[in-house]
Amino acid sequence: MNALSMPQLSRRRMLATSGALIVSFALSKRTPADEPPPAAAAPPEALPGSLAHTPMLDAWIKVDATGRATVFTGKVELGQGLKTAVIQLAAEQLALAPEHIELVTADTDRTPNEGFTSGSHSMQDSGTAIFNAASQVRALLMEAAAAQFGLPVDRLEARDGSVHAPDGRSLGYGPLAAGLSLHVSAQPATGLGDPKSYRIVGTSLPRVDIPGKLTGGVAYIQDMRLPGMLHARVVRQPSPGARLRSVDAEAIEEMSGVEKVVREGDYLAVVAEREWQAVKAWRALSNSAQWSEDAKLPEQSSLHSVLQALPARDIEVLTWKGSAAAPVQRLQARFTKPYLMHGSIGPSCAVAQSTDEGVTVWTHTQGVYPLRGALAELLGLPKEKVRCIHVEGSGCYGHNGADDVAADAALIAREMPGRPIRVQWMREQENVAEPFGPAMITEVSAALDADGAIVDWNYDVWSNTHSTRPTKGGLLIQNAALPDPLPTPPPEPIPMPEGGGDRNSNPLYTFPNAKVVYHFLPTMPLRVSAMRSLGAYHNIFAVESFMDELAEAAGADPVAFRLRHMTDQRARDVITAAAERFGWSKPPPSAPGRGRGFAFARYKNLGAYCAIALELTVEHETGRVRIGRVVAAVDSGQPINPDGIRNQIEGGIVQSTSWTLFEQVTFDRRRITSVDWSGYPILRFPAAPASVEVHIIERPGLPFLGTGEAAQGPTAAAITNALRNAVGVRLRDLPISQDRVKAAIGV
Amino acid sequence: MITLTVNGRKHEVDADPDTPLLYVLRDDLQLNGAKFGCGFGQCGACTVMVDGKAIFSCLTPIALLPARQIKTIEGLGTESAPGVVQRAFIDEQAAQCGYCIAGMVMRAQALLERDPSPSEDQIREAMMPNLCRCGTHMRILRAVQRAALAMKGAAL
Amino acid sequence: MTFRPGLTGSIVVGGILAIGVVCVALAWKPSIEPVTPPQAASFDADRVARGAALAAVGDCAVCHTAKSGQPFAGGRPLSTPFGVIYATNITPDAETGIGAWSEEAFARSMREGVNRTGQYLYPAFPYPHFTHATDQDVEALYAFLMTRTPVSAKSPPNSIVFPLNIRRLVAGWNLLFLRTGEWRPDPSQSAEWNRGAYLVETIGHCGACHTPLNALGAEEGSRAFAGGEAEGWDAPALRATPPGPGPWSVETLTNYLRTGFAPGHGAAAGPMRGVTDELARAPVEDVRAIAVYIASLMSKSPSRTAPAGRAIAYDAVYEGACAGCHAPGSSLRQLGAPSLAASAVVNAPSPRDAIQTILRGIPWREGRAGPFMPGFADELSDQQVAHLVGYLRANFSHSPAWPDVEKEIRRAREQGGS
Repeated sequence: MNALSMPQLSRRRMLATSGALIVSFALSKRTPADEPPPAAAAPPEALPGSLAHTPMLDAWIKVDATGRATVFTGKVELGQGLKTAVIQLAAEQLALAPEHIELVTADTDRTPNEGFTSGSHSMQDSGTAIFNAASQVRALLMEAAAAQFGLPVDRLEARDGSVHAPDGRSLGYGPLAAGLSLHVSAQPATGLGDPKSYRIVGTSLPRVDIPGKLTGGVAYIQDMRLPGMLHARVVRQPSPGARLRSVDAEAIEEMSGVEKVVREGDYLAVVAEREWQAVKAWRALSNSAQWSEDAKLPEQSSLHSVLQALPARDIEVLTWKGSAAAPVQRLQARFTKPYLMHGSIGPSCAVAQSTDEGVTVWTHTQGVYPLRGALAELLGLPKEKVRCIHVEGSGCYGHNGADDVAADAALIAREMPGRPIRVQWMREQENVAEPFGPAMITEVSAALDADGAIVDWNYDVWSNTHSTRPTKGGLLIQNAALPDPLPTPPPEPIPMPEGGGDRNSNPLYTFPNAKVVYHFLPTMPLRVSAMRSLGAYHNIFAVESFMDELAEAAGADPVAFRLRHMTDQRARDVITAAAERFGWSKPPPSAPGRGRGFAFARYKNLGAYCAIALELTVEHETGRVRIGRVVAAVDSGQPINPDGIRNQIEGGIVQSTSWTLFEQVTFDRRRITSVDWSGYPILRFPAAPASVEVHIIERPGLPFLGTGEAAQGPTAAAITNALRNAVGVRLRDLPISQDRVKAAIGV
Repeated sequence: MITLTVNGRKHEVDADPDTPLLYVLRDDLQLNGAKFGCGFGQCGACTVMVDGKAIFSCLTPIALLPARQIKTIEGLGTESAPGVVQRAFIDEQAAQCGYCIAGMVMRAQALLERDPSPSEDQIREAMMPNLCRCGTHMRILRAVQRAALAMKGAAL
Repeated sequence: MTFRPGLTGSIVVGGILAIGVVCVALAWKPSIEPVTPPQAASFDADRVARGAALAAVGDCAVCHTAKSGQPFAGGRPLSTPFGVIYATNITPDAETGIGAWSEEAFARSMREGVNRTGQYLYPAFPYPHFTHATDQDVEALYAFLMTRTPVSAKSPPNSIVFPLNIRRLVAGWNLLFLRTGEWRPDPSQSAEWNRGAYLVETIGHCGACHTPLNALGAEEGSRAFAGGEAEGWDAPALRATPPGPGPWSVETLTNYLRTGFAPGHGAAAGPMRGVTDELARAPVEDVRAIAVYIASLMSKSPSRTAPAGRAIAYDAVYEGACAGCHAPGSSLRQLGAPSLAASAVVNAPSPRDAIQTILRGIPWREGRAGPFMPGFADELSDQQVAHLVGYLRANFSHSPAWPDVEKEIRRAREQGGS
């Protein structure tokens, strides 16, 4: 699609708010890359956040004739409150009420390319860019008003969508914007104002999307209804590499409402007029399909030793060498984690429409630009002929089925030109086909000196890649099923300081000697990819469990032991705050089966700081663990929406409790067997903690720190540390299941 | 044609009798609240009320439903005039992705209609059929308690 | 007109009174002195471990734990034809549990059905089975129970119909029906069979549910394992007409007892689910022995194979509510769940378990994978349940239609919300 051609312009005009500034210039400059955002084309001094690669202000903000603003972000709402936070940031700097801001999220035709909404980067990248861009747009509007008033800019005040002069004159943003071009590059230095004066940022503005979701509003991709839309279901290969031997497509095509059975190689799908007709046809088609399968999955009970024996590429994460007192005690331990399922409540869904102009896909992918590139490759189309528009799905917690189902919709749409095609994955398809959070192993040893300080630390971690996000067509699940598949790029580790399997394998503590090695395993027995916090969940679980083991050996209090080895002041502050709020220094009288535990981490050593203290009770007869009171302290820098921070930390704690106590993907030698919630049980209300408190340490003016993944790792370790305190057993293999606890505590 | 009474209004629906209510609500009546989560009665995203009881609309074919009263979240209130339970959920900001939340509200509504003063344990037990993957449980529990208090206050 | 018994009449009345006095006198059991709750450390670890294994087979925790209650702390109601009995607290709490019971008191309760203070226990507590256990095993169970966490919890009072709420009358029942004495092995059978028979007949008390009861609530010895009931559910016959149309092998039975699921047969539901949850923690060789014994009972019936498949008629309710899990090709079926044609409840003599399964489903286990089925009590009216039950019977079994289905549905809704 040529950005300047007439049909394109008129289409965009249909979608743009009326009276908007022309955006075609900005779009023609938009980089067509499908990879993470391109190298910065910016002035020599770096621009903040995503402005570095998308410096033009009008790529981010437009002001219309009524004075309302449209803000564009390349990030997406995952349920983490992104829309609300971004609106707050823009509203604050624009001096415009949040209700007068419309937010457009990731769309390859309309918004900047900000890669994936992942890694807790959104506030750091997009939030920072928009905060700064809004400030500069306001400055431009004020300069325009100053010129019209004939007054210096510093005598004027921007407030509620108008610029006010001291003598009572005012000019609305609408008329001001009409005479202004926002097609200018952002500047590095921005007056962001005194955080103490913020009226919107730093307040718990209620989520803009919640009321609609609570009253049956159209909110999700699953709610999309386009004229002439047809319903499709896919019959996925039952195991990797399965070959479709036979299927009675004709019989299925005769079923009521069925429009077509799509068969291409080992790819099989059915399209029907009504959704239930599609489901019934899918059942019949699944039943009719005969497959030959030769997948070989590992024996589940020996998974971790199988993984450790695979060929590895060793990556040195850190080496510290320094002088220290002589070691007097050495400890070692091995920690393991199973494959985990994202388990999105709403199985993935997509809508696509194919016309002569190209293919439009409505998708809940985390990255519309990378997906667009991958789809273009899969469909054999130039990128310009594929458009991806983000529409919210249910929480994804990383790379789930969203990208693959988008490819299903695009492939099927191509078979039925002109008709919008809606593909809904079934529950069992999401459970089986989604890429899992990788299984991991850690072997760690450390030594203490006579004074109880850590003098050396050796940490080895084994893991597959934590990202097979489809940046290339060969990574989409359909690729292997179609004839003439595209090459599948080999998995690569994500480099530090972010890391993948090695994320948070580098402790924030200070040790005189340390060596951390990541054994990257390219061979993937099961399909894996990014899941909330990536390697941090397991690494923090291992590091923080082991810190407790060392504290115990040193005869030290777990909190004091951590503080002893921590020089980072903000880390010390959250540790102290969590301990104080929990009442750590005043332990309650001991009761049978009751214990408390503590853990801390800074996500990626770059994101939010989070310390967690909790208490739990173990039911002796059954091994069942009941989480009691949980207290968290978090430092996210300048908070944008404190309740949003609390919501993310609470949610992370509860979700991690479920991962830690209950979850593991199960499989036999050929197929995944955890096909539904009965095969992959997750936390239900009776197992939710008794209470969760989140205390925020506010840092006005400091950079925004991503918070969505900060609680996962510390929760796991706090649980295992509390278990040790409660019943004297140290469990190191996740999940900390009822059966394992019972076996450990005995009769 | 099957006649269904949804939120007090009669609808003539031209769908096969074996069609689960969920699809009729969403696709024929454009009611978005009830959601597809599993189709197995395991997650509760599809929860609506029939004759005052919370049911899984994904497993309830419409053949079962003529002469019964169906209530969905849309029947509890609107954005400008939310019902008691909806109001409580909004006030507690009891949602993250929000996909499960309509089902939660209906399950809670059914609970409070039959037991206006449930204990914390009773609420947890009653809400067990419904899953939330984002971990919003604490807020949902608070919202249900808040709604119970509000209902009691209104009744006084 | 005054009543004036003649001499014969006086002798008869006197005789009955005398027998009554003797019975009541015989029925009196002394109170055994309370003891200080023994220290947990005083019990030998091996004995405690053996007691744990036996408690798993006896599934003590199932009856003696209330919903959301602490394990063994009692409070769970048990519906019987005679009223509601609440299981007692058998944790070693001195005031509300059995903490003050000596080993002698405990053994007496297991062998004679009398508690420490001399009160008769109702045979809902299956002491007529426990009475045959070895001394060693009774001692092991004592050691196990006395090392549990003491819980202070008083069970609600029973509500038994008059005059059966007079506990002393149980003495008469015991006179008629209680046979004591240690269980004897059958030398013509293998050690494994004997182990299984011992566990089943004594600690496992399977007959308490799986054997029909007479009018006075005692198991009909001559019809052992011919089928019984528990809490509104039928416990199927294990002999003569074993559950389901297909044969049960020892392997299948062992797995079923330990996991609650048997590919080719179905899942444990109702009260049996709790039994399988407990058996999951028993030593696998004990469960296998039980399976060997039960399989030998089943093999005494004519050999059966599942009938050949048949065309299933279409039904809108089945299609919309059931087929998603139960029809061929579903993920559940792919994991080994059988066609409903292999289901024991669909092929059972009475519709009761089919009705209960449809109404109640099979509940969740916290954090553990396993069979689950939602209940349809609120989705279906009584007529709709009847229709569905009739459809299943007609299409998934070769047996005649069940009579009185709607009456059974009404009954089921009142009972057994387990």
